Amino acid sequence: MTPAVLAEFLLNGLVLGALYVLMALGLSIIFGMIGVINFAHGALFTLGAYTAYQLQGAVGFPATLVVAPILVGVLGMLIEATLLRRLYLEDPLQGLLLTFGLAMVLEQGIRLVWGLSPKQFDVPATFAGALNLGPLTYSRYRSFILAATGVLIAGLLLFLHKTPIGTIVRAGSRDPTMVRLLGISLKPVLTLVFGLGVSIAALAGVLSAPLAGVQPAMGVNVGTAAFVVVTIGGLGSFLGAIISGLLVGQVVSLSIYFQPRVAEASMYVLMAVILLLRPRGLMGERWEKFE
Amino acid sequence: MATHPDRRKFLQTTVLAATAAATTDVLFPAIVRAQEPIRIGQLVPFTGFLGAIGEYGKQGATLAVEELNERGGVMGRKLELITEDEANPGVAVQKARKLIEKDHVVAIEGLVSSASCLAVGDEVQRAKVLLINAGANSDEIRSKRCHRYVFSTEGCNTQYVNAIGNWLIKERKVSRWYFLTSDYAFGHDLLRVARGLLTANKGTEVGSDLAPTGTTDFSQYITKMKAAKPDLVFHNLAGADVTNFLKQYAEAGMTIEVAGGVIDSAYAWPVGESLRGHFPIIWWHELNTPASLAWAARYIKRWGRPPDNQAYGDYTAVHAIAQAIDKAKSTESDKLVTALEGHTLAGTTDGLKGRPLTFRAWDHQLLQPMYVVAAKDKSKWKDKWDIFEIIGEVPPKGAALEAIAIPKDQSQCQLEPMS
Repeated sequence: MTPAVLAEFLLNGLVLGALYVLMALGLSIIFGMIGVINFAHGALFTLGAYTAYQLQGAVGFPATLVVAPILVGVLGMLIEATLLRRLYLEDPLQGLLLTFGLAMVLEQGIRLVWGLSPKQFDVPATFAGALNLGPLTYSRYRSFILAATGVLIAGLLLFLHKTPIGTIVRAGSRDPTMVRLLGISLKPVLTLVFGLGVSIAALAGVLSAPLAGVQPAMGVNVGTAAFVVVTIGGLGSFLGAIISGLLVGQVVSLSIYFQPRVAEASMYVLMAVILLLRPRGLMGERWEKFE
Repeated sequence: MATHPDRRKFLQTTVLAATAAATTDVLFPAIVRAQEPIRIGQLVPFTGFLGAIGEYGKQGATLAVEELNERGGVMGRKLELITEDEANPGVAVQKARKLIEKDHVVAIEGLVSSASCLAVGDEVQRAKVLLINAGANSDEIRSKRCHRYVFSTEGCNTQYVNAIGNWLIKERKVSRWYFLTSDYAFGHDLLRVARGLLTANKGTEVGSDLAPTGTTDFSQYITKMKAAKPDLVFHNLAGADVTNFLKQYAEAGMTIEVAGGVIDSAYAWPVGESLRGHFPIIWWHELNTPASLAWAARYIKRWGRPPDNQAYGDYTAVHAIAQAIDKAKSTESDKLVTALEGHTLAGTTDGLKGRPLTFRAWDHQLLQPMYVVAAKDKSKWKDKWDIFEIIGEVPPKGAALEAIAIPKDQSQCQLEPMS
């Protein structure tokens, strides 16, 4: 492997990892705060891509990048306010079943509305072609995905650590009872958090649309990978999701170089090893809530 | 009492009606049966990475049934299509059983995944019900695991690869190939055939990768190809993977010639203007024969979009079943099988290719030409469907269709005796 090829491999792995990070962040935030494992995450990723497909002709790609995640996020907030909220006091399994059912309804709904054929979604003209980085040329659009993910992560960190709502979110995920005793209503915050998690998944869908075809099953593999990433990173851990997403991206990517047949299994092997050595995941903390 | 005569009258009428019905049944069984439609079962995928093709297959078969019913059906009976999702091999077998045992279909057609088709093929052979494979390409279906009750209107990998491969080697002079293959029955079979062709032509294999079905990111495979410097990238992928791969291939700025062992237009259309390469296709909606153009126009009128190759496959398969029923004057599967062996498509459709197409008697493969298509530059498109240009018919008009099919001495097909 020449240095240029190696660099390209690492970059490809980074892009793959960036998408995993986005998916895992949404899952992780929702789980940390609400305690629900959102099985509909992959389907919402797909819905993001389809919404972008519908919008981009009218408003252009840059605006789509903002509008599509917001629309899907609003749908997520509606789902939380009308359905999910009723189950918080029930067995956690019920929330899981609800999102599982939701995933099927969403995927089938997408089939009914947009049909079974993949939709054409070209790489936006601004990002077409390759960037020249000295000895290495790399896809402009993939570079853009990396930059966009970086900006989003920075924005999220600022939001969680520098804003009053962010502080409530962090506090609420550690000890909801205490937050309530302090006279803060968690209801709107939970709705917001679910919407936020969902819109990040939708954003990952929009970013993937020009590379992977827009088709009803596009979220299945990414959705599954996101669960693996969250498990490795530690349930509910923000930093864990980032580290683990990037790690899984590299592992999958490099295993394609050496032995493509095991690429798909590689992330599961990694998960098994990490769970054996550290059952709560890389950055998972020992939280009373889950013990 | 005023009710008595009424009751007596009611009883009389009922008895009369019952007798009449019974008599009719004895005297005119054919007329009574004529009310009952002839059911044809269809198995196509609606989910997963082959889902889009299933939708086209259903539309093609539905159109065939509608055409036949407009002409009065078959043997004076209407046809009815019952479509089920083939999903995966396990589900496909269960759905086949349901079609046979519950719906009492006279025959099944469809299938896209070779893995599903192999499983259903074994099942229909046990149940002794005719199956026409309209979409699965593995050679195995017509060779090692061929069955008396299974026919194929879909071309097999050998037919496809011979069509594109010989053209590539002759016209493009490419000899250093890199293979990218879908990791399931179809891909493996296609890789075997393509390798055989390359070896026979003294070419070199510079690399080969297997990718799981449903892969969404091909960037790593593409980087490997770039580093290996082949003069041709030959993909043995299927379904949505083809869309993703070809899109990302162009996006990565690859200029190495690309070709494939098969292409489904349903998955080539979404690639759009970045589509490059040469492919073998069983049928293309701009094929210039009067019957073909007329059918494409009818399809567009009915469904609002041009038919893809799978719509063509299922359309042809339904007509083949209808022709078999007509010829056998029966709906019993063993008679249909006998009628189809050596049958040349004629009457309700001739296969739209402007030359006679015949089911080979000893392996049940429909012999037919393939078309080599080249991706068209966007500036030459009439509309967004106009992405391919037919640049060759293989074997050319006048040449024997056997030329690209599996030769008898290389086939492992042993049809079960008819019992």
